Amino acid sequence: MKIFEKLSHIDRRFIYILIAIVVIVPLLLKPKLPIVPTKPVKDIYDYVENLPQGSNILISIDYDAASMPEQQPFLEALLRQCFRNKLKPIMIVQWQLGAPLGTTGLEKIAKECNAQYGVDYINLGYRPGYVAQMVGIGREIRDYFAVDYKNVSIDSFPIMRNIHNYNDFALLVGLEAGATYLLWVEYAGGRFKQKIALALNAVSAPDAYYFYQSKQIIGLVGGMKGAAEYEVLENKPDLAVAGMASQSYSHILIILFIVLGNITYFVEKSRKKKEGGR
Amino acid sequence: MAISTSIWIWISALLTLAIYSFLYKDNPFYKFAEYLLVGISIGYGISVYWHNTIITKVYNPLVHDKDFLVIIPLLLGLLMFSRFFKNYSHLSRIPIAFIVGAGTGLSIPSSFEFLFKQVQGTMPTAFTIGNLIIIIGVITTLIYFFFSMEHKGFIGKVSRVGITFIMIAFGAAFGYTIMARISLFIGRIQFLLSDWLGIIK
Repeated sequence: MKIFEKLSHIDRRFIYILIAIVVIVPLLLKPKLPIVPTKPVKDIYDYVENLPQGSNILISIDYDAASMPEQQPFLEALLRQCFRNKLKPIMIVQWQLGAPLGTTGLEKIAKECNAQYGVDYINLGYRPGYVAQMVGIGREIRDYFAVDYKNVSIDSFPIMRNIHNYNDFALLVGLEAGATYLLWVEYAGGRFKQKIALALNAVSAPDAYYFYQSKQIIGLVGGMKGAAEYEVLENKPDLAVAGMASQSYSHILIILFIVLGNITYFVEKSRKKKEGGR
Repeated sequence: MAISTSIWIWISALLTLAIYSFLYKDNPFYKFAEYLLVGISIGYGISVYWHNTIITKVYNPLVHDKDFLVIIPLLLGLLMFSRFFKNYSHLSRIPIAFIVGAGTGLSIPSSFEFLFKQVQGTMPTAFTIGNLIIIIGVITTLIYFFFSMEHKGFIGKVSRVGITFIMIAFGAAFGYTIMARISLFIGRIQFLLSDWLGIIK
């Protein structure tokens, strides 16, 4: 029973080392684990896949560097799918520190797909206001985004000629690290009946599934796992798929820790009870 | 692939290691990286705000479009700074009144739509196990939060079912939180092994 006593006082740094090992080793050895796309992710993919050519997709960057490993792979997979299907992404940013991440992803995939700025896609940059902006886009997007992220008039770009409000967007995709998605669902979805798809950090995802169940959103991509599913659907495995083996093995280790921790707790409790009874 | 020769990748990698050094114990490298992050984030945020907001929403309309109506929201915005001056701090209530009034007005109709859709979501159109679980979950959880009756007897039993649903929700949230934290760690390790050391592709 001494082993349980030792386990109950184990230095937490041993746990960190073990987690680091189960994350690093699969990244080096690259074992193949099956990734099966779930329905909420597949619903977004199918919806985008079935949009007619030339449809506009409003992409809102509502995350920052702290969420990059979860959101960036999905952004890139989605953009690949848009350009492959001749859909037109229009990027806006609600989180100012997310502006360079959105721009980096958009420029990278546009270059990869030979898409032309102002014709096939556009980056309108960051504007403050959240609710005011979301409601404002319902009337006229130019009230908030008269110029793009480089301060050039949006009317000088062919892509923006026929875009005025939510009626001109086939889909709004929110990449979300916080609670901004609640405002999108409430205002763009509730008030303007805009179709919405959400990609949320894993921390926020459980709070948003009920919007999927109530059909307030068309689908949901939850964390790096959801992004990996999207990469599989797009048939272009990238960083999210590469991280899934590490994710799975680290989960197994954490489950073992939880089980071991509970056994140790009950064994120690029973031992102390016996000692107290003597 | 080979080890990176980009100074920015090296700075990024060393700062990542400085942050993770906290896992061993608090140290000056961690503190340096932490303060640097806070400072740069605020500085960068202000620069984005300046170029994307002050220039596009204030400077351009005023200087190029001669739209002097912009002065009204600009003045209202500036009144917020009156909070820094004790004798004039009451003036900040004017823009706050606008924000509260407009915010409430915008929110009420949308909130109803938002809430009704959720209520509608608990009214299934087909009899399935999943729908049954939703109905039982919603009713028992609401009863758990009904404090006008003592949780004894039948109400006590139902509320215990409700707390079970709440615990399952907490478990799901905790599981997703672990997944999120591990994802962030994976992202950093991928950066270190790929972009910095060039060990993996």
